[in-house]
Amino acid sequence: MNKLITALVLCCVFAFGQPRPAVAIRNAKIVTVSGPVIARGTVVVRNGLIEAVGDSVQAPPDAMIIDGEGLSVYPGLIDALSTWGQPGAAMAVTGTATAGRGGRGTVAVTPTPAVTAATTVAAPPARGPEDRPQTTSWIKAADEVSGMDRRIETARGAGFTTAVTFPTRGIFAGQGAVIDLLSGEKPGEMVVASPVGQYISLGRGGFGGGMGGGFPSALMGYIAYVRQIYLDLEHYRLVKDAYAKDPRGMQRPEYDRALEGLMDSPRVLLPANRLVEIDRMLRLAADLKQPAILYGGREAYRPEAAELLKRSNTALLLSMRWPEKSRDADPDEVDSMRTLETRDKAPLAAAVLAKARVRWAFYSDGLEQARDLQRAIKKALDAGLSREDALRALTLSPAEIYGVQERLGSIEKGKIGNLVLTRGDLFDDRTKVEAIIVDGRKYTPAPEAPMGGRGPATEEPGNSGGLR
Amino acid sequence: MRTTLLVLFSALPLAGETYVLQNATIMTVSKGTLKGSIVVRDGKIAEVGEKVMVPADAKVIDASNQYIIPGIIDCHSHIAADGGINEGSVSVSSMVDIRDVINPEDIAIYRALAGGVTTANILHGSANSIGGKTLPLKMRWGKDAQGMIFEGATPGIKFALGENPKRAGNPTGRAINAGAQQQGRYPATRMGVEDVIREAFVEAKAYKAEWDAWEANKAGIPPRKDLKLEALKEVLEGRRYVHAHCYRADEILMLLRVADEFGFKIRTLQHVLEGYKVAKEIAAHGAGASTFSDWWSYKMEAFDAIPFNATIMMRKGVVVSINSDDAEQMRHLNIEAGKAMKYGGATETEALAMVTLNPARQLGIDNRVGSIEAGKDADLVIYDKFPLSDYAKVQKVLIDGTIYFDRDNEVSGRPAKQAEKQKLIDKEKQNQQRGPQVPPTRRQGQ
Repeated sequence: MNKLITALVLCCVFAFGQPRPAVAIRNAKIVTVSGPVIARGTVVVRNGLIEAVGDSVQAPPDAMIIDGEGLSVYPGLIDALSTWGQPGAAMAVTGTATAGRGGRGTVAVTPTPAVTAATTVAAPPARGPEDRPQTTSWIKAADEVSGMDRRIETARGAGFTTAVTFPTRGIFAGQGAVIDLLSGEKPGEMVVASPVGQYISLGRGGFGGGMGGGFPSALMGYIAYVRQIYLDLEHYRLVKDAYAKDPRGMQRPEYDRALEGLMDSPRVLLPANRLVEIDRMLRLAADLKQPAILYGGREAYRPEAAELLKRSNTALLLSMRWPEKSRDADPDEVDSMRTLETRDKAPLAAAVLAKARVRWAFYSDGLEQARDLQRAIKKALDAGLSREDALRALTLSPAEIYGVQERLGSIEKGKIGNLVLTRGDLFDDRTKVEAIIVDGRKYTPAPEAPMGGRGPATEEPGNSGGLR
Repeated sequence: MRTTLLVLFSALPLAGETYVLQNATIMTVSKGTLKGSIVVRDGKIAEVGEKVMVPADAKVIDASNQYIIPGIIDCHSHIAADGGINEGSVSVSSMVDIRDVINPEDIAIYRALAGGVTTANILHGSANSIGGKTLPLKMRWGKDAQGMIFEGATPGIKFALGENPKRAGNPTGRAINAGAQQQGRYPATRMGVEDVIREAFVEAKAYKAEWDAWEANKAGIPPRKDLKLEALKEVLEGRRYVHAHCYRADEILMLLRVADEFGFKIRTLQHVLEGYKVAKEIAAHGAGASTFSDWWSYKMEAFDAIPFNATIMMRKGVVVSINSDDAEQMRHLNIEAGKAMKYGGATETEALAMVTLNPARQLGIDNRVGSIEAGKDADLVIYDKFPLSDYAKVQKVLIDGTIYFDRDNEVSGRPAKQAEKQKLIDKEKQNQQRGPQVPPTRRQGQ
């Protein structure tokens, strides 16, 4: 019922929406990212695209004019790994997702978790890779997005116009999409590119396992499952091709949605926080023969990590949620040298990666409030990251990593009209976002909700890389 | 294949340094004990003898009044693995591999080194009848995961009999009742354990036949590769060693019979506390036995044990090693070996062999390690006193001719490390006191 009303509201908005006028921002400082900074110039956005940019560009007569005096214009920020735009992703879902070939188990990703929990029976524990445990590889974030996610407005207030949003529950959680952070509009309009990759998480590995939780229970079980499913995929392809060529006299290959989902995914995202994990995941990706992006990067400040990434030409998505000592930690318990060092040096990673010319981008990892994000970036800047590199890691670099650099990531003619207007430098403490333009639509940020000094509310994604 | 691998790896530059370890009591294990020197070059033992040629470029380490033994080998360890050592969710977990989860930064590696261990067989746990794939590592502290792997060594697989595999999955020991909420994992009895192994090998044989048929002419689509059965196929082909956790004599005989029936070998019996009762049968099968010195009665199936176990099995012709199964015990395996002299009257050499040459033979790496002989890897431990004594302290540990542990450096480096750590702790405390949420203006004047 709720859905129906939402749909009706959306229809109305769309049907009665006025054609969007062109927008011109005049006399502003324009930080293009792809080229030199324009000290005083004009950007024109029409029909959702950047029509013109430069210091001698004239605002067209039909355009809505924004006086850019004292303003800076940046490309809209991109969250390289996110769950924004999927309202269900912010809620806790009970039960594990153990959907398999034979229809075992429940699919966790649904916008109405309360109803799901009440109407489904707990799935029997998986007995091996063939049960496709914790796998929903066929789910596409593009099919799940909604402008109704409240976090969209908050994120826009921090200067984000775009997110690469992923389903994040399970081992093979599903396929991500690049979305523009529009509110209330038709969800289909938000999608810029889909699918852009498969989100993989590897559980923490427990003690013993076998307590009814099913396969896998230890980290090596998770990895074995990932290996097996790609072996299965290789075989599946051979059988399917042969069947397509000549089905006569050949037994019909069983349709496997888990493998179909993997076939659709152009790349995999693998969790890697510690140096050991970065090494491990790079080797795994090479064995799987899959293009990979690593996410996490807590120990990416260690020079060996940058070297490994550089050598394998693999991109790293760096969590902006820097490790901190838990407030509930036992004060008498002394952490290991490595843990202490990591908490001290993690924000160095950004500068180290930039210096080593590794392909990398920031991701919000559950942070969404402008103040939290600013504070996180400030830590990286204080640790030696240049403002140019910081900006690039939130704009053009993520666009390149996902192969959408022709559409997003810089202020260039022909690219999508995603802009942030600020008074003052984007990364200064006191700078306020004045306006955000997404797909040519202008939004003004809502006043920020008061901070209770609390950390981020969500745990996902990116927390599964082995924080032990 | 094996030789190619060895050639390949021995061609790698291992260590540049040439050392002469001088004037020590050298317990070679394979060729008795002598007073003399060892020349180490390119990671290998170049010469051992009372008198050796000292190369011009050699660094001389004076080991007067000290003892040198081959690096200790632990045939049963669970250190250096991330994210759990049991994939206990299933009765047969041969698809999982310790190789995938090696953690070269586990501090237990360094501590084992400090106890003279240079090689350890890292095993999957004993939660299931057929466990995961395993492999020996060298304790090359500071190297990455690949750098730890004992190159060219035959990998293994863990089996487990008795209480552990039948208990897992049955929470609080509850039997699988009809009305039980929790689905228990098969098996629940020793009969079931045997059945799991039999069923798995019936399946593996069919799998092997399928692959062999395809390999014969490689026509058409190859069969599906199954990681679980692939490991068992390797066992059937003798390319993967079985290390079986066991306690009781009856279950040991059961396993040997099942293996004979299916045509594979049990490489080692692990723990094997009742091995002394069936030592002849173990020797006849050709299995090695890797046991504890004097640790028992920690559960029902471990009651009927005696400290004479190791020597009795040895006298009956079994290759016997003494293992740790524990990160702490691992640091004093020399003492554990020494107990075999007290219980059963093993000679010095026999006792020492139980933590050096014998585990090397059990792991099929005795061509590389386990004794001090020219041509073998320079994996050496220098002790200040008789190594099988409680009072002996490890002074230096070499692996492949590189010093990985040096007691002098360790002890003298501690204050600096402690200071560095304290600095980080203080810094963090300061930052916390300032608190990230307090705006800078309010802090002024405080």
